[in-house]
Amino acid sequence: MSLILFIEQMLNGLQFGVMLFLMAAGLTLIFGVMGLINLAHGSLYMIGAFAAAWVAGLTGSFVLALIAALAAAAAAGALVEVVVIRRLYARDHLDQVLATFALILMFSEGTRWVFGSFPLFLEIPPYLSGPVRLPGGIQYPLYRLAIIVAGLIVAAGLFALIARTRIGIQIRAGEADREMIGALGVNIAALYTVVFALGAALAGLAGALIGAIQSVQVGMGEPVLILAFVVIVIGGIGSIKGALVGALLVGLTDTMGRFLLPVAFAQVMAPAAATAVGSALASMAIYILMALVLIFRPRGLYGVA
Amino acid sequence: MIVRTLAMAGALSLAAVGAQAEIKVGMITTLSGGGAGLGIDVRDGFMLALEQSGRTDVTVVIEDDQQKPDIAVQLSDKMIQSEKVDVMTGIIWSNLAMAVVPGAVAQGKFYLSPNAGPSALAGQGCHPNYFNVAWQNDNLHEAAGAYANDAGYKNSFILAPNYPAGQDALTGYKRFFKGDLAGEIYTQLGQTDYAAEIAQIRASGADSVFFFLPGGMGISFLKQYADSGVGLPVVGPAFSFDQGILQAVGDAALGVVNTSQWSKDIDNPANVAFVASFQEKYGRLPSLYASQGFDTANLLLSALEVAEPSDADAFREALRAADFDSTRGDFAFGANHHPIQDIYVREVIKEGDIYTNKIIGVALKDHVDAYVGECKM
Amino acid sequence: MRAETLLNACVLLALAAVPLWAWVADEPFTITLATRLAILALAGVGLNLALGLGGLVSLGHAVFFGIGGYAMGVLASHAQSYTPLTDWPVLIEGTKSMPVIWLVAMGASGLAALAIGALSLRTSGVYFIMITLAFGQMFYYFAISWPAYGGEDGLSIYVRNGFPGLNTLDPIQFFALCYAILALALWAMARLMRSAFGLALVAARQNAARVEAVGIAPYRLRLVAFVLSGMITGLAGALFADLNRFVSPVMFSWQTSGEIIVFVILGGVARLYGPVVGAAVFVLLEHFLGGLSEFWHIWLGAVLLGVVLFARGGIIGLVVGREVRRD
Repeated sequence: MSLILFIEQMLNGLQFGVMLFLMAAGLTLIFGVMGLINLAHGSLYMIGAFAAAWVAGLTGSFVLALIAALAAAAAAGALVEVVVIRRLYARDHLDQVLATFALILMFSEGTRWVFGSFPLFLEIPPYLSGPVRLPGGIQYPLYRLAIIVAGLIVAAGLFALIARTRIGIQIRAGEADREMIGALGVNIAALYTVVFALGAALAGLAGALIGAIQSVQVGMGEPVLILAFVVIVIGGIGSIKGALVGALLVGLTDTMGRFLLPVAFAQVMAPAAATAVGSALASMAIYILMALVLIFRPRGLYGVA
Repeated sequence: MIVRTLAMAGALSLAAVGAQAEIKVGMITTLSGGGAGLGIDVRDGFMLALEQSGRTDVTVVIEDDQQKPDIAVQLSDKMIQSEKVDVMTGIIWSNLAMAVVPGAVAQGKFYLSPNAGPSALAGQGCHPNYFNVAWQNDNLHEAAGAYANDAGYKNSFILAPNYPAGQDALTGYKRFFKGDLAGEIYTQLGQTDYAAEIAQIRASGADSVFFFLPGGMGISFLKQYADSGVGLPVVGPAFSFDQGILQAVGDAALGVVNTSQWSKDIDNPANVAFVASFQEKYGRLPSLYASQGFDTANLLLSALEVAEPSDADAFREALRAADFDSTRGDFAFGANHHPIQDIYVREVIKEGDIYTNKIIGVALKDHVDAYVGECKM
Repeated sequence: MRAETLLNACVLLALAAVPLWAWVADEPFTITLATRLAILALAGVGLNLALGLGGLVSLGHAVFFGIGGYAMGVLASHAQSYTPLTDWPVLIEGTKSMPVIWLVAMGASGLAALAIGALSLRTSGVYFIMITLAFGQMFYYFAISWPAYGGEDGLSIYVRNGFPGLNTLDPIQFFALCYAILALALWAMARLMRSAFGLALVAARQNAARVEAVGIAPYRLRLVAFVLSGMITGLAGALFADLNRFVSPVMFSWQTSGEIIVFVILGGVARLYGPVVGAAVFVLLEHFLGGLSEFWHIWLGAVLLGVVLFARGGIIGLVVGREVRRD
């Protein structure tokens, strides 16, 4: 195995991790501030992708498509928060799980009702398509590099938002003591809606970015949702930093597992059997990672005890 | 879960009077969820043929299996116990077929498969009342292997999801491909990101790529592969280049070679009429699955002309004769009741704004599946 | 609680009466539907022990459901092909006998619950939900890619397994068997809720520190509850596989876990008959909403949402009032 291939796979893992971070950041933010576990986060990802595909089909502009994805997901998020989610903050996690499970059913079939049963088309814009040559002779798709950069910019922006701005201070205060900030005159209802819409917009952005290189179809959100939960549990629920570390860990573990495990098994068994066993184990790798982390750190890497 | 569309053969059904006994067909297919597109096409193709036949004594009970095996089994019980259907059809997925077909034929029902053709039902598990109107699962992959030889490929990189149909696909390709393998990868079922696999293809020194990734997996792979600039020729079975999903792949699919037993440009009167009437009725181009649904209905209708399902032996013989005008041209059943048919090589092209396929050759002529020898009946 | 007891009796009677009517009226599919309902209710009863009494929100109970199913599938497929499971160190043959299969199903899912519980119970709250989900996904992917027992295609068993003295292929007899098991499980649950163990378990949910103060370790209590819960759900899995004469990895999927939770909450958490009512409503909704529209999932979602938002004691709570306090 060459060094170039290894580095290319590390980049792939990084790109996957950055993508997961966009999903996980919203989830963990919503949990940290409102104490809400939101299974319907994957539906917001799907809404972002569908909105982007629809607008790109109408206008041909990828930038407009991204804006539409952000707007549609944020709007859907705000709407759901006001109509449904708001009633769930005081409930236990069980009610939240069930109610948001119900929302998944409604969003998925609703989307199929509006857009039909066949996947939609969304493509990489011409100025971001094709591979570029990196130092060392690595051929790497420009679009994936762009995703890495975009994801890191969003991460930096999110950290700055939380550390520096007024709303960030309110979010941190909300995480620390919900009643207190209410008593201090912060409009909690509005704050919650904004935080939920922000998380939704991040998920929508992830859906649109990924939609260009994957299939835009109903049900695309649930696999990503489960991965995002794995990420925030590993990182510690409520911690943005934990989400970033967890996302990169999961992204790298999954990619390198798929790549290296079959190779490793091929040292000791026949190639066909090695690929079968290796890929079976690779598909379980991140769940094993998560179980291990929780056994040694029951509240995740950066979770508060 | 039960989409209880008691669909009649067109509006004519109201006039259903006559001496003949009602024939009841139970169709269990996937009409909701991510895989609904395939089931809808099979249903539409089937109903179109029925409507064109003008027969008023055939009732079709259509139910949605949601792509879940336990639901499919439950619906099958319902079809047999409550609806008392004579013939069953409709299942898209091999795992659902394995759940339903053995039980249904054991209870004396006829089953006509419009899509799934698992090897177990073609070999040791074959049954006199089971007919596959589409293909044995390995067929299109075998044809891809044969095409790769013709195209002069010497070193293929092959990949498929890690589940039985995926393992069969790679086995089918290797059965006919004579060159070497640069690599063999099983991906995760439902995987959507193929960056790691594409990197390995790039590094492998292969001269061609064979893949079997049905549905959304294939869309994702093709988009990412095209963008990676690897540029090796790609071969695959028709499932990833079907009319329903090609529009979602876009330019990334252009020029890709795929193998299929049907194509909309097969030049015979039955097919020309089918493509035109399907387009007129439903406002979209028919897919592979639609053609299979259409052929399944026509096979059934041809047998009904000769015998009633209640006379099982005569009806079985009538089915076996396959005396209907298939959209594929020549059509005959082998000893295990699976098709003996030509498998074509197609290339993805763009007609105006629509992506579609055109035939560029024949990969296998009068192809018989590999399991016919294991079938004892 | 009198109203609830009356309701429970009615539910149990109705569940017996409808299939009997169907038997007389020769509507075998209704019996099949009722059997499915009884089996799903049994799975719910299993989860209710962990979730309702113990407060352990497990999003991984599909693991036990699936293990029970595969216990049946593996044993029966070996019996069907006359090949032993293993001939070393001791010869183990497959079997078509339901009681043996049930014991194996309960044993295997109990062991799995012991291992998963021992690890997962170190966490709590959302972490517990998520780690049980992770274990579910592990089993799911393993079942899909492990070729020996059919992988994603699953395993078909051509003839339903046997029970001494009964013809299990007759729908009404198989229903009677499942109904009897459900009734037995409900009776055991009722005893357990009143036992010292059940009371301690509820107390540990409400205030763990207080239970610890009287010298009971909540961890052990919960582990025992989790194992028992897994065993009941495993038994339901074996019956479900026998109903369909088929097993597949779908039984392990997280949607299955979600649906079992839905039964429990829909009916009413920690209510003895909650899972029965929940499963009944779910099966009926599936059956009748499905007839209304191809997009019936939207309406199913709306009903679920309505129950969560406006009927907090579940359907039983809605009917008899919220006497059991949830916290």
